[in-house]
Amino acid sequence: MITGIAASPGIAIGQILMIKNDQLNISKLTCKDSSAQLKKLKVAIDQSVLELQAIQEKALKELGAEEAEIFSAHLLLLQDPEILSQVNQMIETKFVNASWAIESVVKDVVTMFESMDDEYMKARATDVKDVFTRVLNHLEGITNTDLSKLDSDVILICDDLTPSQTATMNKKYVLGFLTNQGGKTSHSAIMARTMEIPAIVGLSSITNKVKNSDIIALNGSTGELIINPSDQELDEFKALKNKYQSGLDDLKKFIGKKATTTDGFTTVLAGNLGSYQDLESFHQNDAESVGLYRTEFLYMDRDSMPTENEQYEVYSKVLKSLTDKECVIRTLDIGGDKNLPYLKIKNEENPFLGYRAIRLCLKQTDIFKAQLRALLRASVHGNMAIMFPMISCLEELQMALQTLDDCKSELENESIPFSKTIKVGMMIEVPSAALITDVLAKYVDFFSLGTNDLTQYTCAVDRNNPKVQELYNPFNPGLLRLIHMVAKNANEKNINVSVCGSVAHHPTLVPFFIGIGINKLSMSAMHILKTKEQIINLTKSTCEKIAREVLKLETAEQIENYLLENQ
Amino acid sequence: MRQAVTILNDEGMHARPAALFVKAATNFKSDINIIFGEKIANAKSIMSLMTLGLVKDTEIIISAVGIDEQTAIDSLTDLVKNKFNLH
Repeated sequence: MITGIAASPGIAIGQILMIKNDQLNISKLTCKDSSAQLKKLKVAIDQSVLELQAIQEKALKELGAEEAEIFSAHLLLLQDPEILSQVNQMIETKFVNASWAIESVVKDVVTMFESMDDEYMKARATDVKDVFTRVLNHLEGITNTDLSKLDSDVILICDDLTPSQTATMNKKYVLGFLTNQGGKTSHSAIMARTMEIPAIVGLSSITNKVKNSDIIALNGSTGELIINPSDQELDEFKALKNKYQSGLDDLKKFIGKKATTTDGFTTVLAGNLGSYQDLESFHQNDAESVGLYRTEFLYMDRDSMPTENEQYEVYSKVLKSLTDKECVIRTLDIGGDKNLPYLKIKNEENPFLGYRAIRLCLKQTDIFKAQLRALLRASVHGNMAIMFPMISCLEELQMALQTLDDCKSELENESIPFSKTIKVGMMIEVPSAALITDVLAKYVDFFSLGTNDLTQYTCAVDRNNPKVQELYNPFNPGLLRLIHMVAKNANEKNINVSVCGSVAHHPTLVPFFIGIGINKLSMSAMHILKTKEQIINLTKSTCEKIAREVLKLETAEQIENYLLENQ
Repeated sequence: MRQAVTILNDEGMHARPAALFVKAATNFKSDINIIFGEKIANAKSIMSLMTLGLVKDTEIIISAVGIDEQTAIDSLTDLVKNKFNLH
């Protein structure tokens, strides 16, 4: 038994497919017949062009125009007249093999990119390498593992999967992933969970322990795997797999049902969205709406601000695919632990208490307005609500609302249409805002409790500092009293109140949330059906009693034990 | 013939604008070059174009020689002025 980091739950049993992104070993040969080499080169390039065109088309369909754009640059590199004339010249005058000519010319091009000052341009060296490795593989007769062409069930094993590999793979045949690298939040782990494929990461040397004919049984829920299991072990894994699958199948009967308690209180179960890719899981798990669309991802992994038009395209695409389901879009929440290098924010003593989220947007209004204009313009394509993060006082909220109104007037003057019925809400994640929710409720349509930050700010504990982890506790009585107060104020003022932090699906806390009258729980879509099953079996009046009891208890431990007994 | 033009888009000659520029240039029969200071790049080569390291606000000269040089210059100048139609 080998153990790694459990990255995505589920059981997979199957034959492995090893993906190697190895260094090619090209040797220099003398080839008198240069026309044969030139012909060979042309064939390899033509094949590579066809492959890249197919990848581009697939990316266009599945990921959208922007993500596919990089492949048109790849195609141009592949047919670059300057590179090709140098390669041809080398073959014709130095009588070397085509592979050697490519390798030498491309090496210079790569060095040229790597020596540029600009970080973005430096990184383009990788693109050049990628493109010509494809050609070299053809020349050397090495089969590229083209994951879009998978046609039988496999468990993928590799050092780590690249974004282009996860984007192009034919998921239907991928039973699971195993990678040497990575942790719970690495790209391949996140993608595995999004695609609901069992995965174990951080296995350090799994690629050296297996060969292509091996069978593997893996448990993505525990991080355990067996290479070439015995019949008995195989039976055990099959039983586990059936149990896991029937658990999932059982939950399917809740699709289409409302999360209504036995005495008729209904809570909306919404999904959190990070990017367009999360939508598939969103639909499969019957999410009723999007309770939190985090727009940060649009701004990350790039080197300049996304333009208003770029954002408009992305928001429109998401809204269209949701048809009339509500989509609560949170404006940029950057700073704290999420930094953008191109914003050039100075390092701060206390980034979580510093220049972040709405504070940044209200100072750098060009950034804020570009996003608000893009949102307003996209609003005609669906049912959108806008939510401001990190508001700590009424003045900030008023400034944000004013900026939104300014953007609306601008668009009106430019005769650009936008929806006139957009709801506007705010995150409740700062105690000073939570404490005046009776006031704030007059200015917004809804509150959304961001419990992760609210816990951190209420308990004064850095959620990323392992030394004080035990104080970061969702059962903290002060925190739960504050959450209760927010729900009470919202209900009294007749505005909606939801929970969108990572505890929204926590089975121990769900009865408490129902008891205090939370109207909506927003969570990672994979938890929705399980939570629905729980709520359908709850009774609101019992939950109210539980909530009253919880608010009387004195310590987090007492509360946790009490909720465990009553979940 | 030659025409000077300033790069206006925020990211400069990144992969997307460069790809759009090269595709446009390839449509013309003329030999087209980009002149930036002492450096000259083949406008039909994305590699040459990108390694010029053109950032926002740099001035370049587009030069074209051939039967369609006038249309080439006009349309490529417009493309740069319109921020490669990306904004």
